[in-house]
Amino acid sequence: MAYVPLADQDKEMEMHHPHSWVEKYVFSQDHKVIAIQYGSIAVFTGIVGLALSILFRLQLGFPESVDFIDPNFYYQAVTMHGMIMVVYFLTALFLGGFGNYMIPLMCGARDMVFPFLNMLSVWTFLISIIILMASFFVGGGPTGAGWTLYPPQTAMEGTPGHDMGIILMLISLAVFIVATTMGGLNYAVTVLQYRCRGLTMMRLPLTVWGIFVATILALFAFPALLVAAIMMLFDTLLGTSFFMPAVIEAGTPLDHNGGSPILYQHLFWFFGHPEVYIVALPAFGLVSDVLSTHARKNIFGYRMMVWAIVAIGGLSFIVWAHHMYVSGMHPYFGFFFATTTLIIAVPTAMKVYNWVLTLWEGDIRLNAPMYFAIGFVFTFIHGGLTGLFLGNVVIDLPLSDTYFVIAHFHMVMGVSPILVLFAAIYHWFPLMSGKMYNETLAKWHFWLTFLGAYAIYLPMHYLGFLGVPRRYYVLGETDFIPASAQDLNASITIAAIFVAAAQILFFINIIWTLKNGKKAEKNPWGSASLEWQAPDLPPKHGNWGEDLPTVYRWAYDYSVPGAHQDFIPQNTPESEEPTVDEEHFDPDTDESKADV
Amino acid sequence: MALAVVIFLLVIGSIIFHFASPWWFTDIAADWGSIDFTINVTFWVTGIVFIATNLFLAYCVWKFRQKDGHKAVYEPENTKLEVGLSAFTTVGVIAMLAPGLFVWASFVNVPEEAGQIEVLASQWQWQYRYPGADGQLGTADVQLVSIDNPFGVNPEDPNGQDDVVVNDPVLHLPMGQPVQALLRSHDVLHNFTVAQFRVKMDLVPGLVSYLWFEPTREGTFDVLCEELCGIGHFIMRGAVVVEPQEEFDAWLATQPTFAETQAQSAPNVAAGQAAYAACASCHGQNGEGNQALNAPKLAGQQAWYVERQLNYFKQGVRGGEGDAEGAQMVAFANMLADDQAVRNVAAYIETLTDTPAEPTIMGDVDNGYDIYDRNCAACHLDDGAGTWYTDAPKLAGMSDWYFVTQIQKFRDGIRGLHPEDDYGEQMVSMATAMSGLEEIQDVAAYINTMR
Repeated sequence: MAYVPLADQDKEMEMHHPHSWVEKYVFSQDHKVIAIQYGSIAVFTGIVGLALSILFRLQLGFPESVDFIDPNFYYQAVTMHGMIMVVYFLTALFLGGFGNYMIPLMCGARDMVFPFLNMLSVWTFLISIIILMASFFVGGGPTGAGWTLYPPQTAMEGTPGHDMGIILMLISLAVFIVATTMGGLNYAVTVLQYRCRGLTMMRLPLTVWGIFVATILALFAFPALLVAAIMMLFDTLLGTSFFMPAVIEAGTPLDHNGGSPILYQHLFWFFGHPEVYIVALPAFGLVSDVLSTHARKNIFGYRMMVWAIVAIGGLSFIVWAHHMYVSGMHPYFGFFFATTTLIIAVPTAMKVYNWVLTLWEGDIRLNAPMYFAIGFVFTFIHGGLTGLFLGNVVIDLPLSDTYFVIAHFHMVMGVSPILVLFAAIYHWFPLMSGKMYNETLAKWHFWLTFLGAYAIYLPMHYLGFLGVPRRYYVLGETDFIPASAQDLNASITIAAIFVAAAQILFFINIIWTLKNGKKAEKNPWGSASLEWQAPDLPPKHGNWGEDLPTVYRWAYDYSVPGAHQDFIPQNTPESEEPTVDEEHFDPDTDESKADV
Repeated sequence: MALAVVIFLLVIGSIIFHFASPWWFTDIAADWGSIDFTINVTFWVTGIVFIATNLFLAYCVWKFRQKDGHKAVYEPENTKLEVGLSAFTTVGVIAMLAPGLFVWASFVNVPEEAGQIEVLASQWQWQYRYPGADGQLGTADVQLVSIDNPFGVNPEDPNGQDDVVVNDPVLHLPMGQPVQALLRSHDVLHNFTVAQFRVKMDLVPGLVSYLWFEPTREGTFDVLCEELCGIGHFIMRGAVVVEPQEEFDAWLATQPTFAETQAQSAPNVAAGQAAYAACASCHGQNGEGNQALNAPKLAGQQAWYVERQLNYFKQGVRGGEGDAEGAQMVAFANMLADDQAVRNVAAYIETLTDTPAEPTIMGDVDNGYDIYDRNCAACHLDDGAGTWYTDAPKLAGMSDWYFVTQIQKFRDGIRGLHPEDDYGEQMVSMATAMSGLEEIQDVAAYINTMR
């Protein structure tokens, strides 16, 4: 079907306007409602993941006095915490939540290309969550094989949840991947096909770039996980031997032979490493926009930022085996993967420099979203630098499988993206709800979260230097770890409880503001990007009223010399405001860019 | 404003924390100083970048915070600056990567003079094998694993006959001699880690992985499993003793070869029966046990377990301080003159007719099942039969009161903490799955249903 830009289609185009409450809020096809649904489910699941982490932190911090957590539950809790946070919380919230909300608005579209598929995606996601949660209620409980689900132990007697738990986990993952694929196709096609007139790819806000590239990564990476999950289901249920060599289960040889546990690890990390960037790239994008808006300054080095996102996305597919340096794979792989891994540091560092340089000579408005965004830059620098330890294959030898790894990846893909999530939620809250959040409460939320998180993870690196292994129910006696390591563990647990409790402030803020908050004015931040230029606040179904917008400039025209105010909305023609944008474009004469 | 100050303080605080921290790598005991060197290079490069970037961030936040009459400068890009920063970063990355790759090359290529040993992991113990006089390890196969051949060494392979098999979690190594450890697993992934040696590697069922190092310091070091291997992951501990060559040789000479373990004569049940007469006064003629005399039921217990415990009593590993009942056993165990006598009596006990003991403990069976199924069944099996493979004795049908007292002794550190009691130590940790006497009784009540 030939592509006709939306702007040039008949105004009577079918928008599937809802006719009932159910169609409007439950089985809605409006990307904004779907985004909220996706986000709410993900946040609910994230709360479960957070609660699990507090439970096992209690065990780790106070093993003597906490007697309601047995080894079995400890392993189940760490496993489910990991899987929930990485896949069902962060991935779903960034792509399903922010991807859904932002893409059509930032692209000047009325909705996603396939609204029905979009609705199907969120309901399929809900089904995957229900299956996931069901595993807490079956015999044997959820799987405790570690979130990486390494065979052969996943289905063997010595592993918690080795019967129903692992099967439900695998099925839930498969269903989740179906949901992600339906959503992902939608996001990618919408970015490519539904941009309004004048909105070239190089004029897109970095939010869209980050989510777009992350979506492409997801579409290529998740199939590897799907295949691995299905193969493992076959091994478990049908007795195949994809991943199962000849092994002994509790003294009895199993009827498997010739499979390769390392094959699974390759498949898992072929998904697993891009997954890091599936979470990170949308965060990079969102934080860029928050930083630029509140610094009242264009994002510095936009083209570099875009190419860095693309380069990181591409490189993320050839670094996966750095998770497997000590897995027993052929050690020569170490040379290749250490090199590719450290190369990624270059575009990543460029992004950090450019965020800081965006603040340079800015006019920084220090509100809650900006606090979270700047906090992110700090934690991301920290987490990025510790990655240089683990990526360098020989340093991974002493540090792999210790608390250093946990500290590193929580800093870089836990704390950092979550700080961005809060930055983004506060920043776009007026757009999504039409209400203004409470600034004081939001700042308290920031301080407790940011300082608390650092108090958790900075010391944890030192547990790793000491050589404290991860995934130990109790450390017990060793001759090389001093008893003071337990004090460190206790302080980490106390900090974790504080951080978890601080999140109550966030929910109070959101719920209270939704009910009683003062109405937000239109475009309260003076943002140049398109989503704030919609005629209604929050935007109505169809987003743009009668006419779709036309874009004349990039999303970062802040403090342009000679302009009337310190920002120029993307849809302001050159005739009204000066243009310094190099991608100068007149929609009346140049049509090639309107329909890519 | 506050944010700039806090970022500044966090940078300073992190530096202070680092230098004031007593928590750092344990002293190295292998010839891998090059790894520590690479870590130090990386630490300084990343440390400087951390400080510089964050201080600059704090400066920007402070200097360019919103003020009246202040306006941001419009500057979309600055090619020169961006290229310069890329080049600077690339140099830093090369400075860290290059030494790393050289060190990795020396890790991958094992020196010719390195001796070979085998590290074998199974849920949840370490075992070791030395190549013997011919310097070659015999082939092995999971299918051949049995209680008499726990390594699965191929009995047809001449290279394997003189292999020295150490069915014990303590590894001995000669000082200053490079060694390549060939790594094998019988069940799931494990990871052989000695923090002082700096290197670690997974043990993967179905293949043989390796690592090598040269011990440079005498002493005893912990061996930890650092790849999640099931519920017993955290109790999978071993040790490595680095000692002078002569001491090592002397120790090795006391260990049996594979051929010797296979040639061992069958235990003499009749002799065992004769020796059992001394046991019968407390444990009963049929091994049925006697609670009044603190003597648990023996009939039905597997020979390997009885043998191990008798040896523990003889060696003072069990029956020490605080264990009054166990102390009674020490004298009796010492009546057995040698290892053969212990094997004989253990073999006889295994022949006794197993009639399940009468239940004496009441408890919440459902809760007991829950705890047992979650934490105990992995080793003691779903039916409570136990297995040599996980070093777990039989529980079903045995004396329930004895189960309760022993679990309490594990919890109180009376049993299992002797340095030689490598398997009892695991129970010290696992016994915490039961929060107190009540839950121990619940589990005992559930075990009583498994007869």
